[in-house]
Amino acid sequence: MLEQLKDLHAQALDELNKVNSLRELELWRVRHLGKKSSLTKILRSLAALPLEERRNGGAKANEIKRALESSLEEKKKLLQEALLTSPLESQTLDVTLPGRPLPTGRLHPTTQALKEICDVFKNMGFQVIEGPDVEWDYYNFEALNIPQHHPARDMFATLWIDAGIGGKARLLRTHTSPMQIRLMERERPPIRAIVPGRAYRYEATDATHESMFYQVEGLAVDKNITLADLKGTLFDFCRCLFGEERKVRFRCDYFPFVEPGVEVAIGCSACGGAGCRLCGYSGWIEILGAGMVHPDVLARVNIDPEIYSGFAFGLGVERIPMLRYGIDDIRLFYSNDLRFLRQF
Amino acid sequence: MRIPLKWIRDYVDIKFAPEELAEKLTMSGLEVKGIQTIGGTWDKVVIGEVIALNPHPNADRLKLATVDLGTEQVNTVCGAPNIELGQRVTFAHVGARLIDPHTEETVLLKPAKIRGVASEGMVCSEKELGISDIHEGILVLPPEAPIGAPLSAYLADVIFDLDVTPNRPDCLSVIGVAREIAALTGEPLRLPQIHYEELENLIESFASVDIAEPDLCFRYCASLITGIKIALSPSWLQQRLNSCGMRPINNVVDVTNYVMLEYGQPLHAFDYNKLKGRQIIVRRAGNGETITSLDGTKRALNPDILVIADKEEAVAVAGIMGGLDSEVTDKTDTILLESANFNQAAIRRGCSHLQLQSEASIRFDKGLNSELPLLPLKRATQLLLELAGGRAAKGIIDVYPGKSRPKPILLSAQEVKRLSGLEVNVDGILKILKALGFECQEGGPGSLLVSVPYWRSDVKCAADLVEEVVHIIGYEKIPITRLGSPLPQQESKLSPSAQQSNLKEKLRNILTGFGFQEILTYSLISLEKLQKLSPKLELTIPPLKVANPMTREQEYLRTSLRAGLLSTLSHNQKFEQPGIRLFEIGKVFLPPHPPVIASEAKQSQEEKELPQEKEMLCAVLSGPREELSWQADKEPLDFFDAKGVVENLLNQLGLRVSFDIGDDEILFPGREANIIIEDDKVGIVGDVHPRVAQAFELSSAICLMEIDLETVLAKITGIKKYRPIPRFPGVTRDIALVIDEQVSYRKVENIIQSFPLVTEVTLFDLYRGEQIPEGKKSFAIRTIYQSPSHTLTDEEVDQTQEQMLARLHQELGATLRD
Repeated sequence: MLEQLKDLHAQALDELNKVNSLRELELWRVRHLGKKSSLTKILRSLAALPLEERRNGGAKANEIKRALESSLEEKKKLLQEALLTSPLESQTLDVTLPGRPLPTGRLHPTTQALKEICDVFKNMGFQVIEGPDVEWDYYNFEALNIPQHHPARDMFATLWIDAGIGGKARLLRTHTSPMQIRLMERERPPIRAIVPGRAYRYEATDATHESMFYQVEGLAVDKNITLADLKGTLFDFCRCLFGEERKVRFRCDYFPFVEPGVEVAIGCSACGGAGCRLCGYSGWIEILGAGMVHPDVLARVNIDPEIYSGFAFGLGVERIPMLRYGIDDIRLFYSNDLRFLRQF
Repeated sequence: MRIPLKWIRDYVDIKFAPEELAEKLTMSGLEVKGIQTIGGTWDKVVIGEVIALNPHPNADRLKLATVDLGTEQVNTVCGAPNIELGQRVTFAHVGARLIDPHTEETVLLKPAKIRGVASEGMVCSEKELGISDIHEGILVLPPEAPIGAPLSAYLADVIFDLDVTPNRPDCLSVIGVAREIAALTGEPLRLPQIHYEELENLIESFASVDIAEPDLCFRYCASLITGIKIALSPSWLQQRLNSCGMRPINNVVDVTNYVMLEYGQPLHAFDYNKLKGRQIIVRRAGNGETITSLDGTKRALNPDILVIADKEEAVAVAGIMGGLDSEVTDKTDTILLESANFNQAAIRRGCSHLQLQSEASIRFDKGLNSELPLLPLKRATQLLLELAGGRAAKGIIDVYPGKSRPKPILLSAQEVKRLSGLEVNVDGILKILKALGFECQEGGPGSLLVSVPYWRSDVKCAADLVEEVVHIIGYEKIPITRLGSPLPQQESKLSPSAQQSNLKEKLRNILTGFGFQEILTYSLISLEKLQKLSPKLELTIPPLKVANPMTREQEYLRTSLRAGLLSTLSHNQKFEQPGIRLFEIGKVFLPPHPPVIASEAKQSQEEKELPQEKEMLCAVLSGPREELSWQADKEPLDFFDAKGVVENLLNQLGLRVSFDIGDDEILFPGREANIIIEDDKVGIVGDVHPRVAQAFELSSAICLMEIDLETVLAKITGIKKYRPIPRFPGVTRDIALVIDEQVSYRKVENIIQSFPLVTEVTLFDLYRGEQIPEGKKSFAIRTIYQSPSHTLTDEEVDQTQEQMLARLHQELGATLRD
C-alpha cells in the first residue's frame, strides 16, 4: 500500500506540472483530492486494516494529502499571478492610437493678462470697479486738467460721438482715467481701486497701434500716501508679473492729471537691456504711466489736497502678453484668429 | 527737438559721456529718444583746399581736382557741380568709412579709376559724411577751416533727439536744456551777454503796435533795424541750424530761427517797408479774409484765427506763419522784428482751422510765459546787427496788456516729504530750485516762498515744485514703501460692479471648461454688419454713431455681440477649423433710457444722455460635435448642444432655468427658445436664421445663445444652502410612453415631477418609427423615487407609478408602450 501511495503522489505531481489553467487545476483537484479520488478511497479503506498497517498507512496517506494540498495552493497562486500579469493577446492595446479629443476652450490672452493684473492688485486691497466706455468730455479731459485746447489733448487722438465741443460732448474714452473722477465723486478716502476696461483712440492701426485696447487704471487716495508708496506698489506689481530678477525703472514723466508724474519701464526681455529693435535701442520698455493725483483734480472732487494725497496709474494690458510671448503685432488680439488665440 | 551738444557747451560744461548725460536727462523727464554721433567714423577724412581744377579727358561732367592737404597734394576725380577753385573741402582717403548715398550703408572707400583716371580718394558730400541728406554737391567748408586738420576735430558733434513733454516748452530750446543739465550736474550756467548800440531815433517814430484782442495776444514786443544787408549766414550759424534740422535761408530769417532754438521764443521779421501805414495791429481775421503764407499757399481766414495786420490787411497768421507779401527778401533794407506772446488756445484753434503747424506754433500752443519775449528780442537784434549790419532804432516797442504778477508759491520741506516720501531739508530744496532759476525767500520755519522764473509757464502749485525738487534729486532715490493706510470699506456703493466682475469671471471659467474659446471683438462695427443681423436687414435698435470714424468698418457702437461672433466664426471657418465654439462677454451700447430704479434716479442729469452700457454673454457653436478622430461622434452640433450649455451654465450658478418658444428675428422660427429664470426672460438660444447665416457667409448650421448678465445677476441670491445627502436608497424605474407628436416633453415631465417621491427624471430615449403608430412618439423615461424618511417599499413605488400613469393618460393621452 505504501508503494501504491508513493506512486499516487508521484503521478499527481507529474500531472500537476502539466496543469496550465485554473480550470485544469480544479479538475486536477477533483481527480486527486476529491471525494472519488484514489487517495480518498485509500483513506476510507484504512479502517478495515489491522492497527499496525492502519497507523503506518494512515500517517503516510495524510502526509501525501497535505503535500498535495500545499502543492495545489502553490500552483493556484502561480496561475493567478500569471493571469494578472500576462493578459491575453486580444487585450493588448495599440497605445499609440490618439486619445479621444475633448473640446478645449481658452481665455483670450487679454483676459488672461487682465486677470493676472487684477489678482495682484486685489491682493493689495484694491477693489475692482468698471466704468462706462462712452464718456463725457468732462470726465475724460476737463476734470483731469485737460481743458479745451490744452496741448496735452494732442496725446489723446479722440473718437467723438458728438461733433460739438465742450464738456457735454460724448466720446469714446481715450483712457480709463475718467474713472478716477467718477470714483472720487462717489467715494470718500480711503479709496483703493483698480479699473480694468477698454480705451479707444482715433489712430491708424499698425503693428504697435490699435484703435481699441485695454487699460487698467489704479487709484489710491488717503492721508499720507506718497510717491514712495506708488513706487513700492508698482515695484511689487512688476515683480509679480515679470519676476524678481527683472529690472524696473521709475522716471520722471508728464501727465496733466498727476504731479509729480512717473513713467515705469522694465528691462527689455529681448535684449536683456543691451538695446534692440523691440525697446527702441534703449534697453527699457515702458509699461505704465503714473503719478501723484494732481491737487487740482482732488480739489475738483472736493477732496482737500492739503489733507489727502493719492496716486494713480494707468497700464496698457496687451503690452504684457506681447512682451511675454514675443507677439509683434497688436492687431492679432482683436482679429480673433483661432490659430492665434489657441496658442495661449 | 534736436539738440547739438556742441551748442549746449556754450552755456554749460558737460563732464559726462553723452550716454551718461542722456540717461540723466531721460530719468529726469527729458527723454532722449536717440543719440546721433556725427563724425564718429571720420578717422580718414581731412580738410583740404582745392588748388587745381581741370576737365576730365574722357567725361564732360567730371573734373580732375588737386586738393592740398597741407602735408601732401592729392588728385581726385569729382563730379559735383559746385566744386570751385580755392574751396575748403573734406577729403576722404582710401579706407575711409563713408555712407553710400544710394544704399545708405556704411562702406569702405576703395581705390578707383574713374573713366581711366586714378582717384586717390574723394571729396565728400554731407550725405556721404552722414551729416545730412544733402547730396546735390560737395560740402564746402568756411575759409577759416584749417587745412590738413582731421574733419572730426572741426565738425564732429553729438546730437540728442529729445522727446519734450507738452508741459515743458522751455525745453524746446538749447538754453532750456542747458539749464536742466546745469541743475542736474551741478555746473554753472552761462547765458549770452546782450548789448548793442542804438540809433537816436526812437522806434515809436517808425512804427506803432495796437493789440485789438488783449485776451488773445498778451504781449507784443518789436525792435527795428534799418540799413540791413541781406546775405547768407556765416557757416557756424548755418551749421547749427542744420544740426537742429532747420534749413538756413538768409541772415535775417536764420537769426530769428537761431534765437527761437536758443531761447524757445518764436520771432518773426517783417520787411518794414511793406507794412502799410507803418502799423502793426493784432486782431481777429475777418470773414472772407485771405492770406498767402510763407509757404506760398493762399489760405482762407476766419474770425477764429488771430492775425498780425498792417493798416490794410493781414501780414501774418499770429504765432503760426508769416505772410509772403511782407517776407524779408534780398531787397529788404529795414526790418521790424516781432517777439510776442499769444493765447495758446487761439494758436491751437488757428492751427486746426488752417491744418498747419510750424516751429513757432508748436511752441506757442504749449503756452509760453508772457515774460519771455523781451530778452530773445534783444538777443536777436544784437545778432542781426553783428551779422547783417544796420542800425537799431532806439528802444523797444512793448505792448503788454496781459501782464500779471504771479504770486510766489509756499513750499515746505514737510510738503516735499508728504508727497514724495523723500526727506529733503530746506537748504537742499533751495539749492535745487535756485539752480533751476527759481527765486526763493524765507517763507516761515521749514518753508520757502518760491517765485517762478519767466521761462516757466508750467509751475503753478506746490506739487509742481515738489516734482522740480524730486526730479533733480532723481526718482531712483525715492524710497520704496508699501501702502500702509487702512483698507477702504468693502461695503461700497460700487460693489454691484465688483459682483458683475465676479460673475463674468465665473462664466468665463465655466464656458472655457465646456470647450468654448473666448474672443474679444471691437466695440465699433459697420452699419452693414448690424443690418445683416436681421433677415429683413432692419435695425431694431438705433446704434450710436461715431462722429469721426477711422473706417466704415468701425463706425457704430455695437448693440449686441452677435455680429462680432458671427464674423469671427465666418473668418475662422475659412481655415477649416472643425467644431468651433466661441463666446464673448462684453458691453453692448443701447440708447439711453429713463431711470427705473430709485438709486439710479440719483445719478446726475448728464448721466441720462450716455448710452446704456449692458454686459452681455453671447456664444455660437457650429460644426461636428467632436473633433475629427478615429472614433468620433461625427454628428453636427445642434440646438440641444446649445441648450445643454445654457442649462449647465445657469445650473452651475445655482439657477433653475426653463425655456419657452422664442421669436427673436436672428433665430430660425420654430427652432428657438427664450431662456427663462423665475418668469423673466434672460436670454435666447436657437439656430441662427439661414438668411443671417448666409449674410455672414457661414457655411454650416450655427447655434447661438445670448444671455443678459444684469438680469442674471439680479437672480443670483448669492447664498447656496446645503441639503443633506439622502440617507435612504432610491428606487429606479424605467417606463416607455407612447404619446401624440404635439405633446411637448415638458408637459410629461411636469406631471412626473409633481409627485413628491420623484427626485430625478431623465429622458433617455425618443423614438419614432416601427411599432409606434403614425403621429405618435415614444419617450423612454427613467424616474428615481426616494424618501427622506425611510426606505421605499416596492408597493409604495408601484402605487405612485400607477397614479402617475393614470394622470399621464388622462391629461396627455399617454399610454405605456408594450
